[in-house]
Amino acid sequence: MDWPLIIENSLKGLVGINAVYFAIAAIGMNVQYGYTGLLNFGQAGFMACGAYGLGMTAHYFDISMWWGIPLGIVFSVVLGLLMGIPTLRLRADYLAIVTIAAAEIIRLVVRSVRFKTYFGGSDGINNFSESFRKVGTDLGIQQSSEYGFRPFQFTGRELWTLIIGWLLVALFGFLVYKLMKSPWGRVLKAIREDEDAVRSLGKSVYSYKMQSLILGGVIGTFSGMVFALDRGSVQPDNYSRDVTFYVLTALVLGGVAKVTGSIVGPMLFWGLFTFVDNFMRQIAEDPIKVGNLTLLQSTQVGQLNYMLIGLALILLMVFRPQGLVGNRKEMAFDGR
Amino acid sequence: MDAERTYGEPATRAREALGICERSPGSRKPDPILVAHDVRREFGGIVAVDVEHLEVQRGSITALIGPNGAGKTTFFNLMTAFDTPNTGTWSFDGRSMEKVQSHRTAAMGMVRTFQLTKSLTKLTVIENMRLGATDQIGEKWWNGLFGSRWRAQEEQITERAESLLARFNLAHMRDEYAGALSGGQRKLLEMARALMTNPRLVMLDEPMAGVNPALKQSLNAHIRDLRDQGMTVLFVEHDMDMVHDISDWVVVMAEGRIIAEGTPDDISRNPAVIDAYLGAHQGRTLLEESEG
Repeated sequence: MDWPLIIENSLKGLVGINAVYFAIAAIGMNVQYGYTGLLNFGQAGFMACGAYGLGMTAHYFDISMWWGIPLGIVFSVVLGLLMGIPTLRLRADYLAIVTIAAAEIIRLVVRSVRFKTYFGGSDGINNFSESFRKVGTDLGIQQSSEYGFRPFQFTGRELWTLIIGWLLVALFGFLVYKLMKSPWGRVLKAIREDEDAVRSLGKSVYSYKMQSLILGGVIGTFSGMVFALDRGSVQPDNYSRDVTFYVLTALVLGGVAKVTGSIVGPMLFWGLFTFVDNFMRQIAEDPIKVGNLTLLQSTQVGQLNYMLIGLALILLMVFRPQGLVGNRKEMAFDGR
Repeated sequence: MDAERTYGEPATRAREALGICERSPGSRKPDPILVAHDVRREFGGIVAVDVEHLEVQRGSITALIGPNGAGKTTFFNLMTAFDTPNTGTWSFDGRSMEKVQSHRTAAMGMVRTFQLTKSLTKLTVIENMRLGATDQIGEKWWNGLFGSRWRAQEEQITERAESLLARFNLAHMRDEYAGALSGGQRKLLEMARALMTNPRLVMLDEPMAGVNPALKQSLNAHIRDLRDQGMTVLFVEHDMDMVHDISDWVVVMAEGRIIAEGTPDDISRNPAVIDAYLGAHQGRTLLEESEG
């Protein structure tokens, strides 16, 4: 068992690109779910908006990649409006159903053969991130050289995405923190508690819910962009349902309705995920046999790990619903 | 008790005005703040509300009473646009309200509370209060980011909220979560929060339900206080002592209709009201029943 390697990889998982794009997506979901109480199960759809915004600049529009940023934002605002207009007047569950379906529709449309000219079908889109890499090289970060110190050692390519990613995490974290301290955030938190009370006090609940859905969605869009830039490619199946639920798990792990929770949660999620994954792979290399039965094969590691995530989420909800940094007191009072 | 009570100037005027009003359902008032006409709401085959005409005198405390299922709360919901009637017109302070959305009514000066208290338990008491203020600059997200734009207004709001909390004996709970308050205190908080909107008409849905007798006395005083400050109060209540004690005018509903109107003394003598509450055959034995 190679413990130093396991630990090194886990520590890298804490700050790696997966933690970054999860954190951005979780900050967005936290606005919707944590503060406003909107069950958005379609965060992957918003992430796809960002990724395809970038990708389509090269694949379809043939313009500079930087246009992809406003394009992605426009996509996600439109998506937010489309989902919100019919459902935000209804009870919360309807939004959950519509968002999960909408995200799947997006994924199926972008991977379809019919729209291959726009979205590149199931092959996705590659070769659009040149200009992003170039800014990094211009700033003196060599793509292939190693930077940092063990265990936090990254190639220049990884490092550049990580820098931008963490800057975005800091920016959005700060924005959301400021907003939630403002009267605007107070209205959102009140809506989470009781819509009718807020309405009777003269606030347009519908409009605030829409703002929250779109703000969280636009933040999620940036998560999709960071992910696409890191991979240098946009793949439709990277934006499927499970992404949304892993982000949600990470958010709950950290603690909802806390900005720190939405950042610490994803870091720990990927730290733990990498640890368990590496640990089980080491076991699988030297399998434990009971008679003819091999207890763990390397092909089973992935599935088992995801099962453990599910179990962890259940245990978390039962024993620590406020997450790691959540406010116990705030969670202690029942609805009414 | 009534004799030694003093009334503020607007209250005196309202009481005098009501003194000359006709004591019959749908009677006209000299200066109505709320006028409802032909308001009808059906749920399937059941007619929940069928109000032919109702006027609420400005500056008065008007009680809306009636047995369970009389349509009082539904009528409240209709007036504040939480529900839409099948037919009908109604106006507040001379402005027609049919097309007004529920969240706009508060800005127009008409605020309501709920039968089941809706205190926002996971916000602190002071945050509950601040939420009540209307026209907040910082409630626009683009302003919310810049504290300098809304801090000054927030301070004013906080000051107003604190003086209201003091008036309602909640000052010591200022920084507690509203969930930590007792049921009665939540009623007080909800009323205080409604007052943060600076209303002209306060509509209270069963303010006394689940409140202990000592607190009832102080709630009574608070409601009379609202009238003395020139607000109009319309409230639904089952506690007849309270209705008799504080209201200037009583409207009785039964099965969706208004069956009687008048001063508290008129109402307690009105046979139609006694019938509605206790059934038409009260006071007679079964034997008399079968003979009759």
